Amino acid sequence: MVDQVTADLYVPDAGEEPLLAISSVSILRAAPVSRLSFRCRDDARAAAGKAFGVALPAKPLSAETTSDRIAFWLGPDEWMLIAPESDLEAVSAKLEAALESHPTSLVDVSHRQEAILVSGDRAVWLLNTGIPIDLDVSAFPVGSVTRTVFHKAPVMVWRTGEDSFVVEAWVSFMDYVAGLLVQSAGELSAA
Amino acid sequence: MLLIYCPYCEVERPELEFRCGGEAHIARPTDPSTQSDEQWADFLYMRTNTKGIYAERWRHIHGCGRFFNALRETVGDKFLKVYKTGEPKPDLDAIAKEASR
Amino acid sequence: MSQPFRTHSGGRIDRNKQLTFQFDGEELTGVEGDTLASALLANGRHLVGRSFKYHRPRGILTAGSEEPNALVGIYRKGDQTPNLRATQVELYDGLKAISQNRFPSLDFDVGAVNDLLSPLFPAGFYYKTFMWPRAFWDRVYEPIIRAAAGLGKPPINPDHDTYGNLYAHCDVLVIGSGPAGLAAALAAAETGARVILCDEQSEFGGSLLSESDATIDGKSATEWVEDSIRSLSAKDNVTLLPRTTAFGYFAQNFVSLAERVTEHMADPDPALPRERLWQVRAKEVVIAAGAIERPMVFPENDRPGIMLADAGRTYLNRYGVKVGDNVLVATACDTAWQAAFDLADRGVDIAAIADMREKPSEALLSVAHARGIRVETGCVITGTQGRKRVSGALLGRVTSGGVTSAGEVTCDALLMSGGWTPTVSLYSQSRGKVVWDDTLGTFVPGAPVQNERSAGACAGVYGLSATLEAGYNAGEQAAKAATGKTAKLARAEANGADAGNGGILGALPHDRNASKVKAFVDYQNDVTAKDVKLAVREGMHSIEHIKRYTTTGMATDQGRLSNLNALQIASTSLGKPLTDVGLTTFRQPYTPTTFGVFANVSRGDFFDPVRRTPSHDWVVENDGVFEDVGQWKRTWYFPINGEDMHAAVARECETVRKSVGLFDASTLGKIEVVGPDAAEFLERMYTNPWKKLGVGRCRYGLLLNEAGFIIDDGVIGRLAEDRFHVTTTTGGAAHVFATMEDYLQTEWPDLNVWITSTTEQYAVCAVQGPKAREVIAPFVEGIDLSPDAFPHMSVATGTFCGVPCRLMRISFTGELGFEVNIPRRHGKMVWETLAKEIEKHDGTVYGTETMHVLRAEKGYIIVGQETDGTVTPHDVGMSWAIGKNKFDFVGKRGLQRPDLVAEGRKQLVGLLTKDPKVVLEEGAQVTKLANPPAGTSAEGHVTSSYHSSVLGRSIALAMVKGGRDLMGKTLHVPMPSGAIEVEVTDTIFVDKEGGRVNG
Repeated sequence: MVDQVTADLYVPDAGEEPLLAISSVSILRAAPVSRLSFRCRDDARAAAGKAFGVALPAKPLSAETTSDRIAFWLGPDEWMLIAPESDLEAVSAKLEAALESHPTSLVDVSHRQEAILVSGDRAVWLLNTGIPIDLDVSAFPVGSVTRTVFHKAPVMVWRTGEDSFVVEAWVSFMDYVAGLLVQSAGELSAA
Repeated sequence: MLLIYCPYCEVERPELEFRCGGEAHIARPTDPSTQSDEQWADFLYMRTNTKGIYAERWRHIHGCGRFFNALRETVGDKFLKVYKTGEPKPDLDAIAKEASR
Repeated sequence: MSQPFRTHSGGRIDRNKQLTFQFDGEELTGVEGDTLASALLANGRHLVGRSFKYHRPRGILTAGSEEPNALVGIYRKGDQTPNLRATQVELYDGLKAISQNRFPSLDFDVGAVNDLLSPLFPAGFYYKTFMWPRAFWDRVYEPIIRAAAGLGKPPINPDHDTYGNLYAHCDVLVIGSGPAGLAAALAAAETGARVILCDEQSEFGGSLLSESDATIDGKSATEWVEDSIRSLSAKDNVTLLPRTTAFGYFAQNFVSLAERVTEHMADPDPALPRERLWQVRAKEVVIAAGAIERPMVFPENDRPGIMLADAGRTYLNRYGVKVGDNVLVATACDTAWQAAFDLADRGVDIAAIADMREKPSEALLSVAHARGIRVETGCVITGTQGRKRVSGALLGRVTSGGVTSAGEVTCDALLMSGGWTPTVSLYSQSRGKVVWDDTLGTFVPGAPVQNERSAGACAGVYGLSATLEAGYNAGEQAAKAATGKTAKLARAEANGADAGNGGILGALPHDRNASKVKAFVDYQNDVTAKDVKLAVREGMHSIEHIKRYTTTGMATDQGRLSNLNALQIASTSLGKPLTDVGLTTFRQPYTPTTFGVFANVSRGDFFDPVRRTPSHDWVVENDGVFEDVGQWKRTWYFPINGEDMHAAVARECETVRKSVGLFDASTLGKIEVVGPDAAEFLERMYTNPWKKLGVGRCRYGLLLNEAGFIIDDGVIGRLAEDRFHVTTTTGGAAHVFATMEDYLQTEWPDLNVWITSTTEQYAVCAVQGPKAREVIAPFVEGIDLSPDAFPHMSVATGTFCGVPCRLMRISFTGELGFEVNIPRRHGKMVWETLAKEIEKHDGTVYGTETMHVLRAEKGYIIVGQETDGTVTPHDVGMSWAIGKNKFDFVGKRGLQRPDLVAEGRKQLVGLLTKDPKVVLEEGAQVTKLANPPAGTSAEGHVTSSYHSSVLGRSIALAMVKGGRDLMGKTLHVPMPSGAIEVEVTDTIFVDKEGGRVNG
């Protein structure tokens, strides 16, 4: 079991104040990245991975990463491909060229969602104030990625370390998700 | 809140992540225009609504997004089996026997 | 220390920490570790409330959450929480409590007249009395009943506290921390399993906290508890939750807990939630809920000072409080004797031990003898004296012929024990079926239905050694079942606290006039033995009927105290075995649970996600007014210079038609349909034909359900051979997406096409009006905007303000219009740029109200406004949107159903009021006659209605039977102030030729 996965693409947005920064947990907005929703049948998966630069995982709820590429398994024919913000056109073009003979769908959703970085001793506790799944490392190991819900908002959660997570939500849901996380974390600073 | 096994994600997840899609194995006729009014009304509205083991469509809407089928025992509200879309309907009697054991 | 009934030593309290509190305005003191109940008792206060129906004075009966009498209101931060059990309220300095259900005061309560009138209030009183006349219900009966009903007063202010939520998972959840629960938790924790141990009390230990003489591993019971908790809290795999009630046991070991986080604090940090809901999913559950003592049902068994024997012992041993100076003990079982002995050892006079049994054990008799305690055997209580505090009791000798008087005894407290009832509530909630145990004379859990074990007293296992053993076994087995792991834990050895014998059910015999005395079965609901018998006489033969007729078992303890006694009385009256009478089902919640726990974080700003568009901040700064559209905040209108809504909308409408307007359309649903079969897929989904739509062109699409009814619409643009940009209504976005996924995955998995939601990928600025092109032109690169190159219903990609854009030339106003789709993060910048630009053209920003008026002027439908799920394309005059030569589409067959092709369906028409100033009400009925006779059905209804400033008159759309054949005819819209005359017209009010979109 790994303790940490490469998550270099998700860095705090330098221009933003932390949403929460206490000793036991912090919530930071992540800087923008390119996000491509990719759909294909099995026979195109290998070619897509080759063109993208990292294999598209076939194992449910897993991710493949390098320092500048991430492929998240979201469904049996669905991956979220992450690349640096500036690589959007190059990545799209490369994938399209490589997959000309395969029926696929590549859609830019870079702006659809935002990410926050939740980390610290109490990160699991804090996320579980709204996420109903078992986030114990035995049940949701480092490297796991899943869509689920946070209270009433759909979210995607990626575990990058024992106590560190990337949480993505559609942009208009992020105020709700981040707001409730900050509210729920309030008691951690209580006397 | 029930736990439901998603055959695509290969994990059990809380019911909150799922939506029920009604009775399974009701295929849309390939050429609806050949259907009589009665046949079409049956397709639209008539469901078996079993007291007992019922084959249902479920969608892991807040997970992988996939539809799958499940056998649910509607009296005790228990999932007995899940299977992927396109797989044949299991033998309900055999499942019932197994469940009663 | 001014607490006359406080002992000088012992107990789990700190006598050095004096706390001041108020009860009904009177200042009293207690000590740290007290509950409100123990502090009141330390002050000699037994009278704490009035009963529900008869307003009889009532005292503290128990020391636990099953308390039926001592319900109090607690004031905090200016508001009051009603109906809290004083036995569970932990004392803090400055606590303010009030008694309930009394007026004007607890000592003098006018409602007590009900007690004298009690012959008028038999079981089923409400059912029998308020039957007739029907009209009296609303005006007489209900207001009176409502005024008299209920116990405490609900708080009137919004709750200023917050409530937390936590989803938790564990291998073993242990409910209850008495000997069985603690042993189970220790055994399970030893294996490394993830363990949660919860207990509703402030301190772990359960019955061990009031144990006086037992030892475990040579230590006192409380020392062993402390050591055990110390070892558990040192383990990372254990979560300890005191003050946490498991109130609901649901399917698949989903158990809900309510943790009271700050209730016990004098001055809680506002950052802390008041309570927390734990939604626990446990692989295995150990229920160690213990047992509670049963009251004895003898006449006048409800006077203040009458208490369960074990409660008396708990107050003494745990809280250092003597419940009286001269205590009578009435019992039918062994355990109450220990209470008498403990009290006697603390210098309390024991008036007598009256045991119903002929021959209590020799051991007990000799201990009593050694202490010089008077013992009466074969003896029952046949009545009590004292109004606000018991002052004496009548004894009766049980003989074969009945009961004969055995004199009177004076006392200032009476401890009673009818034996023990295992707490099977949670087992029952887990859908387990209880079984009758003849030896124990009680119900115990049957086979587990879920992954659950009941251990200890709640399973009918008594005596410290046996209970510990049961706990260890349950913990070990649960951990093994959950994790497969085992561990050897040295088992503690217990001495003392052996299991007792005895117990009694039902009403006790007496020599009093049965029609004149009250022997209470359910204290809180004032149900007497007589009421249960009456219910049976009046034909209620099932316990479920008896329960509802008499309300026995419907109090906040859910009948935990009363059920078995009520059952026995019913069983005797019916002449049927008790097990044939049945047992009512225990339901969630186990104890009353606050609404705050359930509402949780879903309140105020977080009631539901509030979704905002990129223009939101700009709109706030510019005083726009929002409306809620589902979860979205959309701008409704933009008042300037103090305009009201009417004036703002009139100006916005005129400006768009005259020059140009800017509108935020970002909330519209957007779906990208991609793949070689994209056109084929849309062909099957939408009514319109798509295969021949050219790249760069748009078409209005209409989506039906299989029944043939309109469910959504929107413009669809073809970006490439294999790529379409589909728009949906704001409210329909999620549903349309789910519907498409359904067809793709389950009906047509062979199609090579995928859909992706892009609703939030793009911000959309709609620029509408004759000057729309001039407004956008300076910012567009890479797209020729000339009418020939980019005609109405075109789509192209290019850049806008230097960022990538999808530009659509479409119109929902009837004017020349463009919709600029830009990646969302640039939405604010583009909106602000356009907002500035339109000013140069005398344009305006506009909101949803103006959008609605402008489209109504053009007769464009809004799905959900003109349609209601029963409307076909033909009904709204949109047969043109149906591809005539298509083999199939969703809803095509449905449209051929006989009812959908029948004559006389409602059709969309325009309505013009005869008086142009009158604006019809949306939803109003349309009739032929101005004053139709009662029972006449309407011809239709108004779907949209506005004042059109452009036309200087009102306009309306309506669905009217056979409407298209009624052009020019006069109809009526009856209103309370009189019928409004209307003329039927076509649906287009502005630019009937439709030339303006081509500008």
